[in-house]
Amino acid sequence: MTVHDMKHAASDSARLEAVGGRLSRVDGPAKITGAAKYAFEQQLEGLTHAVLVGATIAAGKVTAIDARAAETAPGVLAVLTPDTIMELRGASDWLGNPPSQPTYAPLVREVTFSGQHVAAVVAETFEQAVAAAALVKVWYDETPAIVDLSDGKAGDGIPIDAMTKEWGDAEAAFAEAPVRICAAYNTPREFQAAMEPHGLIARWEGDELTIWEPSQWLDGMARTYAEWFGLPFENVRLVSPYIGGGFGSKALALAHSAVAAAAARMLDRPVKLVLTRPQNFTSYGGRAATRQTVAIGADRDGKIQSIVHRGVNETAVDGMWVEPLGSVTSIMYATPNFSSKQNVVRVNTVVPGAKRAPGENPSAFGIESAIDELAYELGIDPLEMRLINYAEQDPHAKKAWSTRQLREAFAAGAEAFGWAKRSNAPRSMRDGRQLIGWGVAAGTYPVRRAHGEAVVKLLSDGSVEVESSSIDMGQGTYTILAQTAAETLGVPVERVSVKLGDSHFARAGVTGGSRLAGVMTGAVHKAAGQALDELIGLALSDPRSPFQKLQANTLQVRDGRIASPRGEGPDLSIADFMMAIGRDQIEAKGDTLPASTTPEERYKNYTTIAMSIPHTEGDYSRHSWCAHFVEVRVDEDFGTVRVSRVVSALDSGRLYNPKLAESQWKGGIIMGIGQALLEEGIVDRRHGRIVNGNFADYMLPTNADIPDIQTISVGIPDPHSSALGGKGVGELAIVGIAPAIANAVFHATGKRVRDLPITLEKLI
Amino acid sequence: MRDFSYLRADSVEAARNAAALPGAMLLAGGTTLIDLAKCGVAEPSTVIDISHIEGLDAIDVAADRAVIGALAKMSHVADHTSVKSCFPAVSEALWQAASAQLRNMATIGGNLMQRTRCPYFRDPQNFPACNKRAPGSGCSAIGGATRSHAVLGVSEACIATYPGDLAVALVAFDAEVDLGGRKLKVEDFFLAPGATAEQEHDIRPGEVITAVEIPGSAAARRSTYIKVRDRQSYEFAAASAAVGLELEGDGRTVRDIRVALGGVATKPWRVRAVEEALKGKPLDEAMIREASELAMEGAVDHGANHYRIALAPRVIARAILKLGETA
Ligand SMILES: Cc1cc2nc3c(=O)[nH]c(=O)nc-3n(C[C@H](O)[C@H](O)[C@H](O)COP(=O)(O)OP(=O)(O)OC[C@H]3O[C@@H](n4cnc5c(N)ncnc54)[C@H](O)[C@@H]3O)c2cc1C
Ligand code: SF4
Repeated sequence: MTVHDMKHAASDSARLEAVGGRLSRVDGPAKITGAAKYAFEQQLEGLTHAVLVGATIAAGKVTAIDARAAETAPGVLAVLTPDTIMELRGASDWLGNPPSQPTYAPLVREVTFSGQHVAAVVAETFEQAVAAAALVKVWYDETPAIVDLSDGKAGDGIPIDAMTKEWGDAEAAFAEAPVRICAAYNTPREFQAAMEPHGLIARWEGDELTIWEPSQWLDGMARTYAEWFGLPFENVRLVSPYIGGGFGSKALALAHSAVAAAAARMLDRPVKLVLTRPQNFTSYGGRAATRQTVAIGADRDGKIQSIVHRGVNETAVDGMWVEPLGSVTSIMYATPNFSSKQNVVRVNTVVPGAKRAPGENPSAFGIESAIDELAYELGIDPLEMRLINYAEQDPHAKKAWSTRQLREAFAAGAEAFGWAKRSNAPRSMRDGRQLIGWGVAAGTYPVRRAHGEAVVKLLSDGSVEVESSSIDMGQGTYTILAQTAAETLGVPVERVSVKLGDSHFARAGVTGGSRLAGVMTGAVHKAAGQALDELIGLALSDPRSPFQKLQANTLQVRDGRIASPRGEGPDLSIADFMMAIGRDQIEAKGDTLPASTTPEERYKNYTTIAMSIPHTEGDYSRHSWCAHFVEVRVDEDFGTVRVSRVVSALDSGRLYNPKLAESQWKGGIIMGIGQALLEEGIVDRRHGRIVNGNFADYMLPTNADIPDIQTISVGIPDPHSSALGGKGVGELAIVGIAPAIANAVFHATGKRVRDLPITLEKLI
Repeated sequence: MRDFSYLRADSVEAARNAAALPGAMLLAGGTTLIDLAKCGVAEPSTVIDISHIEGLDAIDVAADRAVIGALAKMSHVADHTSVKSCFPAVSEALWQAASAQLRNMATIGGNLMQRTRCPYFRDPQNFPACNKRAPGSGCSAIGGATRSHAVLGVSEACIATYPGDLAVALVAFDAEVDLGGRKLKVEDFFLAPGATAEQEHDIRPGEVITAVEIPGSAAARRSTYIKVRDRQSYEFAAASAAVGLELEGDGRTVRDIRVALGGVATKPWRVRAVEEALKGKPLDEAMIREASELAMEGAVDHGANHYRIALAPRVIARAILKLGETA
C-alpha cells in the first residue's frame, strides 16, 4: 500500500539518505504514475453513494422535507433527513473538552449557514444519488442572516479574554508618542482550496468501522467517530495513505463524515460520500475574515514606544473559532508598551477553521503593513525600520529566543535581492507603463511541539520498515522518516520503507502547526535507536552471533553491514546476521513521552491537542522566522499587480531535507501571493451565500502568476526546538508575504491597500 | 436520473435535422455543455454529437478572407501561421482564453455559443430567479454580487456579461457566421438581452454553425487583442479590447480603425464612436484616451462592477497605442 520504490529517489547523489540530504520525494513516482491510491479510490464490494442536500437559506428553520419523489427514484436506497437519520452521541472537541450536547445531529432542522446539510440521498450509483438529491424538496422559515463582519446586525462581538496581551501603559504611551500611525487592516474569508475534495468511504463490519478518508489526524478523527457511535477507540480504523492537500482543513471529522458513517450503519452497506466543489466551500470553514486596527507610537528616530492592537474575527452562530490576531503583533518588535485585544463576531457561516498559519498569517498582515506605514511616516527605509526595533528577546514572554536568525534573514535576503539599490520614494521606479515597487516584510511561526510514537522493524532480509499513523499530505513525511531511520540505523535509504496513514499503526497526533517533522523525526530516531541497540546487543551476546567471540563492547552498523569499529573480526550484512542468529525481525516501538505517562495520558496525547507543549515552556521562546523581499509591477492604467520577483530568507532551524523544505516554503509563498492578490470568498449579502465557490471563480494563482522564487536558508540547529534541531517549515513562509506585496504596491503606486486581496479596482 | 438520448451526426444535414427536435442540443468540444449540464442549467433531452462530422474543422486563410470551420479547435486556430499574420487579434484572443487543456478540446462554433459566467445563472438550486434561464422569473444578480457583470447593453431583465474573447475580435473585423442556409454578421448574431434575456443569438431551431468568415483588411493585419484580468491566465476578461489599425502613408494618420470591447457588455461590443472619432486624425495619446472614453456612452453599473467603466477605455487606448508604436 505505501511501499515506495526508493531507487529513483536515491539516485540523485551519494549522501542523500542522511538527514539533511536533498533526497527527492519517495512518494513522488507513485503519485506521478497514478499508482498512489487516495482514500476514496478504494473499490469495495457493494459500495453505495451518498449525496448531500444543502440549505438554500443562511438562517431559519426547516419546516418540511418532501422526500417522496427522491425515495422512489431509481436506485435510491434511503433518503436521510433530520427525522430519519440515526441518533449519534455528542463527541468531545479537539482539546478533549466533553461534548456540549449529549447528541449530535449532522443533518439540521435549525439552519445557521447557507449550504448546511439538511438531507442526504443514498443510492446504488453516484448518478442516481445526484439525480434523486435534486428531487428532495425542502421548505424553510427564513429569518434574517448576519452575512459578515460588516453587517449592521453583527455588533462588536464577544471579547476573548485569553487573547489579551498587555504590558506597560500602551494607550498613554501612544498618546504621548511624537510620531503616530493608526490604520485598519482587513482580510476576507479565504478557503484552503485543496485539490482533493473532502469525502470518505465508510464501511461497517459488525461493530467495527473502517473509514477511508483524507486526514491530517487519524487518531483524532478516529476518536470522534468512536464517540459518535459509542464504540471503543480500537474499533475504528481510519485509512489515509495519501492526502491531496489539506492546509489545515482535514484534521477533524465533520458533519458530512458523520452522515456517511451513519448511512453505512443504517444500510449495512459501505457508503462513499464526496463533497462537490461548491460544497467544499460551505461544509467546513476556511480562514475567518478578520479586521484589525494597529496603532504604533514611536520616537522621531523610529524607536517604537507603544503598539495598540485590536482585532476581530468572524465565527459561526453555533461554533467558536478564534484566529489569534495578536500572535505576531506581540513578538515581532521590541516595545515598552503593548496592548492587544480581540473579539469574535458571530455570523451565519460554517465554523471557520485552520488555514495555513491561522493567526500568524492575518496578524502579520496588520503589523507588517503598519511598520511600513510608520517607516514612510518617518522617512526611514522599511528594512532599517525593522532593524531599529529588532526584538532581542521575546517581548511578550520576556524570555530568550531559542534561536532567532531574523537579522541574518534580513541581511541575506537584502543582499540577494539588491535592496540597497532601492529608492525609497513611492512611484520612483518604473519601466514604461509599469510602476515598480519593492517591499519587505517579516514573518514568524511558533515551534509547536508534542510527543510522538513510531515502530521501526529490522527484517530478516536487512530491510527496514517504519510505521506510524501520521500522514503525508505532500510535505514529505515518507521521505524524511526514511532518511531518519536510514541514518540512525546505518542502512541505505532504499532499504527503508515507510508506512503511514493507518490508525492501526503506532499512534500520532495532529499533522498541523508545522509540528509533524519535529515530532516524528524525534520518535523515529528514538525507535530506530532502540532497534539498533537491540541489534548490537544481540550481535554481542547471542550465542549464535559470529561477533560474540570478539568480546567487544560495541559494534558499528554502516551501509547495512555490521562490523567492529576498528575493523577486526567479521563484517556481516544485517541479513546474514539475522540468518546466523535465526531471527525474523527486530521490532522497536519508541516514543518521546516520559516513562511515567499513563495510558489515559497517552490516549489524550494522540487524540487531542491538550498535551501540546507550549512554545515558551522553560527558559526559551521558540519560533521560526523569515524575511520576504518582493518586487511588483503595477500597470498604471489597469491597476493589475504582478509579482515579478521574490527572495525569501528563512530560519526553520536545521532542515531535515532542504529540497523538501524549499518546496514547502515556495508553496507557502505561492499561497501568499494568491492571498495578497486574488483570494476572496464573495458573499451575496442578501442571501449570506458564497457565490464564487468553485475553481473557475475563486481565484487561485496560476503558473503564469508566479515568478522565480529564491529561498535562502539561514537557520541553525535549534536544540531547544526538536530532537534533531529543526523548527517549523510548512506554515512559516506564507506569513508575511501579503504585507510584503502590499508594501511593494505602496512603493510602486503611493497607494496603501489595507483590504486584501489587492485587486485592480483598488488601484485604478 | 436525467436521461437523454445521444445521437452521433455524421453530416451537417443529419445534425440540422436532429437539432430541430425539441430539447436537442449540439455537442462539439463539450467544455461548455457538460459544465452546464453538471450545474443543472442545461438539461438536453437529445445530445447531438457533431464532433465527428468530417471537413468542418478546416482553416482556410487567404489575403481577402479567412474561413474557419465550426469544429476547428481553438488551439489550432490560435497557432495557425496565416491567422497569426493576417488576423493577429483573432489568434491573441484565442490563446488568452481559457486554458491550454480547454483550447485543445473546444471548438470555434462552441466558443461563440458559450454562455455567461453570471454565478446566479449557473446555480439554479440556490437562485431560482434568472430571466435567462427561466424567462420572467426575475434577475438574481441585480442587487447581488455584480463584480463581473456587464456595464454596456444591460437591461432591467439581465446584466450578464458575454464572456467570450474570440467573438470580440470577430465583431471588430465584420466577421460573419455561416449557419448553412444563411449568413449573418457576428455582431447581429449576438443579441443584447432587452426584455428577452433568454434569446442570446439569432439562431433558429435546426440551424448549425458551419463556419466563421472573416474579411481580410489592413486593419485586421495590424491588430491586437488586449485582455485585462485579475490573474495572468485562465480567467475571463475584466475588460478586453480588439483593435485593428491602418495608417496613411505618413505613418501617423488613421485611415481605418476597428474597435470592439469584451468583458464589459452583454454581447461582443463594437464601438464605432471611438472609430469615428479617430479616423483621419493623427495618433496622439491624449486624443486616443479621450476618444476611447466614448466607448462607455450609456454605461450603467451595478455597484461592484463600477470599475469596469473606468477600466475599459484604458484597455482600448492601450491597444491603439501599442499598434501605433509598432508603426
Ligand atoms: C474554466 C473555463 C474557463 C474559460 N475561459 C474562457 C476564456 O477566458 N475566454 C473564452 O473565450 N472562453 C473561455 N471558456 C469557454 C470556452 O472557450 C468554451 O467552453 C468553448 O469554446 C466551448 O466550445 P466547445 O466546442 O467545447 O462547445 P460545447 O460545450 O460543445 O458547446 C457549447 C454550446 O454551443 C453549442 N454549439 C456547439 N457547436 C455548435 C455549432 N456548430 N452550431 C451551433 N451551436 C453549437 C452547443 O449546443 C452548446 O450549447 C472557458 C471555459 C471554461 C470551462
Ligand atoms: S444577470 Fe442575467 S443571467 Fe444573471 S441572474 Fe440576472 S438574468 Fe440571470
